[in-house]
Amino acid sequence: MTVKGMGPHPPLMAFNPVFCLKLSSWARALTPQTAETDAIRFLVGTQSLKYDNQIHIIDFDDENNILNKNVLLHQVGEIWHISTSPADRGVLATCYNKPSDSKVLTCAAVWRMPKELEPGSHESPDDSSSTAHSLELLCHLDNTAHGSTACVMWEPTGDGKKVISLADNHILLWDLQESSGRAVLSSSASLEGKGQLKFTSGRWSPHHTGTQVATANDTTIRGWDTRSMSQIYCIENAHGQLVRDLDFNPNKQYYLASCGDDCKVRFWDTRSVTEPVKTLEEHSHWVWSIRYNHSHDQLVLTGSSDSRVILSNMVSISSEPFGHLVDDDDLSDQEERRPEEKSQEPPQDSVIATYEEHEDSVYAVDWSSADPWLFASLSYDGRLVINRVPRALKYHILL
Amino acid sequence: MAAAAAGPGPGSGPGDSPEGPEAEAPERRRKAHGMLKLYYGLSEGETAGRPPGSDPLDPTDLNGAHFDPEVYLDKLRRECPLAQLMDSETDMVRQIRALDSDMQTLVYENYNKFISATDTIRKMKNDFRKMEDEMDRLATNMAVITDFSARISATLQDRHERITKLAGVHALLRKLQFLFELPSRLTQCVELGAYGQAVRYQGRARAVLQQYQHLPSFRAIQDDCQVITARLAQQLRQRFREGGSGAPEQAECVELLLALGEPAEELCAEFLAHARGRLEAELRSLEAELGPSPPAPDVLEFTDHGGSGFVGGLCQVASAYQELFAAQGPAGAEKLAAFTRELGGRYFALVERRLAQEQGSGDNSLLVRALDRFHRRLRAPGALLAAAGLAEAATEIVERVARERLGHHLQGLRAAFLGCLTDVRQALAAPRLAGKEGPGLAELLANVASSILSHIKASLAAVHLFTAKEVSFSNKPYFRGEFCSQGVREGLIVGFIRSMCQTAQSFCDSPGEKGGATPPALLLLLSRLCLDYETATISYILTLTDEQFLVQDQSPVTPVSTLCAEARETARRLLTHYVKVQGLVISQMLRKSVETRDWLSTLEPRNVRAVMKRVVEDTTAIDVQVGLLYEEGVRKAQSSDSSKRTFSVYSSSRQQGRYAPSYTPSAPMDTNLLSNIQKLFSERIDVFSPVEFNKVSVLTGIIKISLKTLLECVRLRTFGRFGLQQVQVDCHFLQLYLWRFVADEELVHLLLDEVVASAALRCPDPVPMEPSVVEVICERG
Repeated sequence: MTVKGMGPHPPLMAFNPVFCLKLSSWARALTPQTAETDAIRFLVGTQSLKYDNQIHIIDFDDENNILNKNVLLHQVGEIWHISTSPADRGVLATCYNKPSDSKVLTCAAVWRMPKELEPGSHESPDDSSSTAHSLELLCHLDNTAHGSTACVMWEPTGDGKKVISLADNHILLWDLQESSGRAVLSSSASLEGKGQLKFTSGRWSPHHTGTQVATANDTTIRGWDTRSMSQIYCIENAHGQLVRDLDFNPNKQYYLASCGDDCKVRFWDTRSVTEPVKTLEEHSHWVWSIRYNHSHDQLVLTGSSDSRVILSNMVSISSEPFGHLVDDDDLSDQEERRPEEKSQEPPQDSVIATYEEHEDSVYAVDWSSADPWLFASLSYDGRLVINRVPRALKYHILL
Repeated sequence: MAAAAAGPGPGSGPGDSPEGPEAEAPERRRKAHGMLKLYYGLSEGETAGRPPGSDPLDPTDLNGAHFDPEVYLDKLRRECPLAQLMDSETDMVRQIRALDSDMQTLVYENYNKFISATDTIRKMKNDFRKMEDEMDRLATNMAVITDFSARISATLQDRHERITKLAGVHALLRKLQFLFELPSRLTQCVELGAYGQAVRYQGRARAVLQQYQHLPSFRAIQDDCQVITARLAQQLRQRFREGGSGAPEQAECVELLLALGEPAEELCAEFLAHARGRLEAELRSLEAELGPSPPAPDVLEFTDHGGSGFVGGLCQVASAYQELFAAQGPAGAEKLAAFTRELGGRYFALVERRLAQEQGSGDNSLLVRALDRFHRRLRAPGALLAAAGLAEAATEIVERVARERLGHHLQGLRAAFLGCLTDVRQALAAPRLAGKEGPGLAELLANVASSILSHIKASLAAVHLFTAKEVSFSNKPYFRGEFCSQGVREGLIVGFIRSMCQTAQSFCDSPGEKGGATPPALLLLLSRLCLDYETATISYILTLTDEQFLVQDQSPVTPVSTLCAEARETARRLLTHYVKVQGLVISQMLRKSVETRDWLSTLEPRNVRAVMKRVVEDTTAIDVQVGLLYEEGVRKAQSSDSSKRTFSVYSSSRQQGRYAPSYTPSAPMDTNLLSNIQKLFSERIDVFSPVEFNKVSVLTGIIKISLKTLLECVRLRTFGRFGLQQVQVDCHFLQLYLWRFVADEELVHLLLDEVVASAALRCPDPVPMEPSVVEVICERG
């Protein structure tokens, strides 16, 4: 684990954004570069019907507090969803709308970004924003037979060869064959039922050696086994209204968080799905995105169309035990010395901070893959805000 | 002095007697009295008549007792001039003459009295002489009588002694006869059943027989007696064991047996065993009354029966025991206490079983009366048998029952509340089936409120019976303190209000958010109900309670303000939930309408879409519904032309500025400008914000939720040119009708602006419709 941000940058107020960036276009898609563990890098996909869409690569230099932006052209259409390969730093997948006159179809494709934009090769850091690079198409996830793709998920621990896409009511498992530049549909399953069933989102569980996937459609959350492509569990009426997003607890294999249009965030134990383990109701409008911190799963981030981002501390259901043992000598040179009893009493679940920098609906939030204390949020008007976990809390967790 | 005696002279000066002429006559008489008294040797010291200052021993005082004529003459001669001497001489002579005449008059007046007194004295002298003779005769006669009497006594002395002796012999013989007759008498008594008599005889004879048992004849009698006594004892025991004859007779038997000298310990045990048998029979009959099935008599009869049968029996046993075995001391008392405790415990168990059967019934008065009798009955033996603690146990039972009743009433109130809710649900559902216009929500509310209040009052009245003065247990500390404050006030009233709030709140948390298992009108009604409770009803109920149950207990009670706050919170949550539910209904309508339509290939708008009309209709219906229960609330001042406002704003500079990147060719937008413009919109709209208790706030909440949903849905779609125009038309239509419902119409404008702007953004070919055309379409309907 790399802990950055201890350097000489100016003292930050706990709730001040680390960095705020305005993109030139509307945007919904945000992802950290999953394979990158050294540099803080986020990818943002824009959404514009009239102009060429772009993927902005945001590099944050933590030590110098400098934000670096590179632009990749994504000319095929507006980006609705973006995800990066967990194995290859240069590979990413997008779901995009093809502009067409009569019909809107969301396609998905896997791309490779130019070599010089891969992290670690900062040749032209400053003027790169002016020169737009192009993406190299690796393969299409051909979905013409299945309908619009809602999202693409990479196998979390794999070698970046397996991808699942959700297309309307189908769940499709693809095998990427880089050599032939083709994606082969290895297996699929589909939802059957009355009405127009449509997946809204999904997550691939990092546990169970990557054999479990959770998907959301309408108010239902379903778990799938990728080997047999069969349903494992089903949480009916997980939310009062549409389920917008899901995330797996990275440290507790059966724990799942979900959020939806009923303004609620719910935590589930997939072994007993009749009742949520916990319900939060902090947002005042639909919750669009939820993410567990990759290292400290008590930290849960949510973004909502009430333009707020909320960071919650779900201690009671985290993998970390209550009441850390505090080594006094380690604390000696910190600016605040925590009273002994504070670490003794079991901490409560609480909202750590509400971030109100956004002025439009926040459709995506995510943690940095490199720095576990850093996260980004993206609102529809193209504002990307990078924030940091409040320092007091960070020390409290670490020490 | 002489001058004074001479009466008032013409020259009397200022020093003269103040009485004046009227006082003269008594003065004179007193002087005459004084002189008479002097004559008879009476002291005249106290006489008031003597003028003050004169010395009684003065020899010159003419009227004094120690008058000395020589001294007086000397004094006169020495002191007075001749003229005065002459005067006093004449005066003296005059006075002497007057005195002489006075004396003469007196003698004349009393002459007859002197004569008759002399006669009387002479007569008395004669009589006395005769009497002396007779007295002498009497003395001689008496001497003769004394002599005779002495002689008679001497003669009778001998006989008297013999008679005394004979009388003693006679008494002894009678005693002996009694002894000899004793066996037969005893037998007779035993045969006749006069056991008391027999025991008395035996008791009288026992000591004598004991004393003379060395004499063979007495010995035989004693033996006979013992045999008979044994038989007697046997019979008594027999009778005692047979039982049936009732407690007093048994007590008599025991008394007799004790008198016969039977061992008390054994008798005591036997007595208790018998009493136990009897009392157990009572208990069995009580148990039989309990029965497995309901035909048991009512609880009052039961406790009456138990009270008179068992408790009465127990009392008798206890008092008889205490009388009979008082000699046993603390050990005996302990035995009795243990006995009472055991049987009392069984009795209580039965009573409790019976009372438990009563828990379900609604009638408190009967129960309280039964408890009263039960408790009253036990107070007497309680005093008698303090050690057994029956009274305490009884009080405990009463307390327990009272607590259970409280619980029962609380349940009853809850059930009543739920019943009311069910009624309301039915009432809400029924008219809808009949197709009538909205049910009288206000009426329903009034019905619910009054029905709950009457239930509460009924419960209070029922529970109040427990503390009525005439009830024997109402002065127990529990009923004076804890029952009132903790039981009634906290447990029943506060508990009910709390549970009411909880029940109401549970409608907010119901999982069926989607289906809307709770009719929204019910939410609204409950919210109003809770608000009414907050404003008035709670304090009313609590005041009522405090008045009825003069709470003396000092234990902390929930203050009115806390309850009010809870009720208010409940009302707020309910209303917020109502807003959410109603907002959701409209949201769903809007969402479906946006999601299911193919916006790319839609035709040029000719009409407002039906769903928008529906939205307006529903909103109006909600407005009416809320208006039935909540006040209007305040709005922001409206611009005069708000209803005429058209959607020309969408082409206004503001809107153009905001969405500049969509229309201008330069791809990187001017961040500064944009953020500046956005500050115009910086008022953040809290969509699901808590509402206030008025109609406008509720409607504002619903409309906010609906329009925000519309906005988010629009952003997820892609629009063709006509699609955009349709959205424009729809939004204008909403604009026309929704502004009147909200507190701040600017809010509706803002949200609708955003919807249209977002639609424009999601349109590859944004050509807005002419505002005038939009207006025409909307006005056409």
